[in-house]
Amino acid sequence: MSVLVNANSRIIVQGFTGSEGTFHAGQMIEYGSNVVGGVTPGKGGQTHLDKPVFNSVKEAVEKAQANVSIIFVPPAFAADAIMEAADAGIGTIVCITEGIPTKDMIAVKKYLSDKNSVLVGPNCPGVMTAEVCKVGIMPGFIFKKGTIGIVSKSGTLTYEAVDQLTKVGLGQTTAIGIGGDPIIGTTTQQAVEMLMNDPETEGIVMIGEIGGSMEADAARWIKENGNKKPVVGFIAGQTAPKGRRMGHAGAIVGGKDDTAAAKMKIMAECGIHVVESPAEIGVTMIEALKK
Amino acid sequence: MNLHEYQSKEILKRYGVKIQEGIVADSPATALEAAKALTAQTGTKWYVVKAQIHAGGRGKGGGIKLAKGIDEILPIAEKIIGMTLVTPQTGAEGKKVHQVLIAEDVYYPGETPTKEYYVSVLLDRKTGQNVIVASQEGGMDIEEVAEHRPEAIIREYVNPAVGFQDFQARKLAFALGTEGQAFKEMVAFLKSLYRAYEDIDASLFEINPVLKTSDNKIIAVDAKVNLDDNALYRHKDLAELRDVREEDPLEVEAKASDLNYVKLDGNVGCMVNGAGLAMATMDIIKLSGGEPANFLDVGGGANAKTVEAGFRIILKDPNVKAILINIFGGIVRCDRVANGVVEAYKKIGDIKVPIIVRLQGTNAQEGAKIIDESGLKVFSAITLKDAAERVKEVLK
Repeated sequence: MSVLVNANSRIIVQGFTGSEGTFHAGQMIEYGSNVVGGVTPGKGGQTHLDKPVFNSVKEAVEKAQANVSIIFVPPAFAADAIMEAADAGIGTIVCITEGIPTKDMIAVKKYLSDKNSVLVGPNCPGVMTAEVCKVGIMPGFIFKKGTIGIVSKSGTLTYEAVDQLTKVGLGQTTAIGIGGDPIIGTTTQQAVEMLMNDPETEGIVMIGEIGGSMEADAARWIKENGNKKPVVGFIAGQTAPKGRRMGHAGAIVGGKDDTAAAKMKIMAECGIHVVESPAEIGVTMIEALKK
Repeated sequence: MNLHEYQSKEILKRYGVKIQEGIVADSPATALEAAKALTAQTGTKWYVVKAQIHAGGRGKGGGIKLAKGIDEILPIAEKIIGMTLVTPQTGAEGKKVHQVLIAEDVYYPGETPTKEYYVSVLLDRKTGQNVIVASQEGGMDIEEVAEHRPEAIIREYVNPAVGFQDFQARKLAFALGTEGQAFKEMVAFLKSLYRAYEDIDASLFEINPVLKTSDNKIIAVDAKVNLDDNALYRHKDLAELRDVREEDPLEVEAKASDLNYVKLDGNVGCMVNGAGLAMATMDIIKLSGGEPANFLDVGGGANAKTVEAGFRIILKDPNVKAILINIFGGIVRCDRVANGVVEAYKKIGDIKVPIIVRLQGTNAQEGAKIIDESGLKVFSAITLKDAAERVKEVLK
C-alpha cells in the first residue's frame, strides 16, 4: 500500500511539451512511473517522449484511461489546468506550478469542493511512493522503500528529511509535498490522515513552516484520533521576522498563532515528537519508533 | 507588494470609495502648493501633513501633524520631509521620509459626532475565502482589540461562487451601529471597497480608521493596500507604483538578480536552495550560537552565476562574520555547485569571512572533494549536523 500514487497510477502530464514538463516527465518515466501521455492543447495527435500527446485532459482520460495528472503549465494558466483535470474526472491532481495568483486559487478551491478529485499543491514538489511511482520533481535516488510517510510544505526540506531517514535505515512509503502557497489543495491534516490510514506506514514525518494554522490543525486531529502512529514534526522559520514573506507565498508570520514557536508548542502538546533542529529528523524517528 | 497611503487612496477612489482627499508632495515648497490646491478643491482650512512610508504607527513617531492654517504647512513639512521616522513597525533604524500627503481636515464639527471604525479585507487561509473584518473600535491596534475584546470584531466571509452580497454589506453596516444616511454610505463604502479588492488582486486592505464625519459621510482616512505579487503580471499599471526607496537596497539588488533575499540583523549569512530549507538553515544558525543575517533562496537552478550574485549581496552586509551555503542537490548536481562556489570565490577574491559549504544529494562527495582541494578558505560539510558544528567552530 501507499497513498495517492502507486503502480496502478496512469499518469498524464499537463504542459507535457514545455521545457519543465519535458524534463520532469522524462525523469518520471526513468524512475518507472507509468506515464501514459500528456496534454498540450493544439498538439494532440503528436508523440512526445514516445508517448501520445492529447488536446485535452478529457481525451487523455478516454483514450489512455488517465487517473493521475501532474501540472507544469505557467502560473497564468495553471488554475484553468487544475479545473480541466477535475472536470475530466482525474482522481489525483498534482500541481507543481509556483506563482498562481491567490484569487485564481480561491476559485479553484471552490470549484473542487463538489468534485471527486484530490489536489496536491500548487507550488509543491509532488508525490513520491518510494521505488514505485514518482509524480513530481523529487530526486528519486534518495528514496528507499520502507515504512515512513512524509508530509511537507517544502521541497528541499523534504529531500533533507528523506535523506536522513534513508541514512538511518528507515525507508519510506509515500512523501507528499503539499506546497507552500496560502491556498493549497490537500492540507497537512488531510495528508496526515491518509498516512494514518495507510497500513504500511508506521511513522510519519510532518514538516511545516510559519504562516497559517495547518500544522496546528493536524496536530489536534492527531491527538483527537489517539496518536496511533508516532509523528516527528519540524517547523521551519523559528528565526523569521514578523510580516516578512520567506520565499513561499504562504510563509509569513501574521500574528502570534502562526509563528514557529506557537506551532511547535501545540504540536508537542498533542504528542508529536517536535525537533528544534532539522538535522535531528532521522534519529528522532528511530527513537520515536522504539517507544 | 506594499503601496503608500496616497497610492492606496487613489486606487480606492477610482472604485468609488470615498476618501479623505489629499495631494502628495516631495518638498516643503510643493507641500505649500498642494495645500493651496487642496483648499481650492475641498474648501478645507486645516490640513493633516502625513509622512508617506511603508509602515504603520506613523503618528506615534511624529510623522503625522495637524496644520491649523496654511501658515503652518511649511514648518511642519520642513520637519517631516527628510526626517528618519521611527515607529513601532519600522524597527530602531527607522525609515527616511521622502514624501508627505497633504490631506484635508475631516474631523470638522457638525450635526452629529464623528465616529471611527476599522475595516479590513483579507484572505482567510483556513476556509480559502476572503473575509471582511470590521469593528467599532476604529483607530486602535486591531490585534490588541482581538486579544482583549474579541467580541468587538465582526467577520463576514465571501462565498467565491457568488461574491460579496448586498445583504452582507447591510449586515456589517448594522453591526457597526450606523443608521440613516451613514448606514447607506457605509453599505456603499463596503461594496465599493470589496469590488476594488477583487479587481486589483489585493492581498490585504486595511482601512483604519474609516470615519463617519459630522455630516454623516463614510470615508477612508487612512488606507493600507498590499497587492498579490503573483498577480502583478496582469496589473502592469499597479506594478509601476513600486517605490524601491522603501525597500532595503540589498533586497532590491537581489531581486534584480532573481534571488529571493530578505535582509535580517544577524551575523551569519546563508545561501540555500529552496525556501523551506532556507528557513531551516536560518534556524540551524541560531541553534549553533549565531544569528541569521539573511534569508536567501537561490532557487532550483543554483549555478556559478547565482552563487556569485548571492555571495556579492551577502558580503555587502557588514555584519556578516561567516557564510553558510547549504545546497541539497536533487536535480542540481553538487559538483557543479562546488565548481560554482570556487569560481565565484576566485572571481570576487579576498573574502575575509570563513565560508562553510554543505553539499548533500547528487554527487555530494565529488562536490566536497572539489571544495577541499580548492585551497580556498572554505570548509566543506555533508550532513546538516556537520554544518551546524562548523558554524559553531567558526563563531568561536
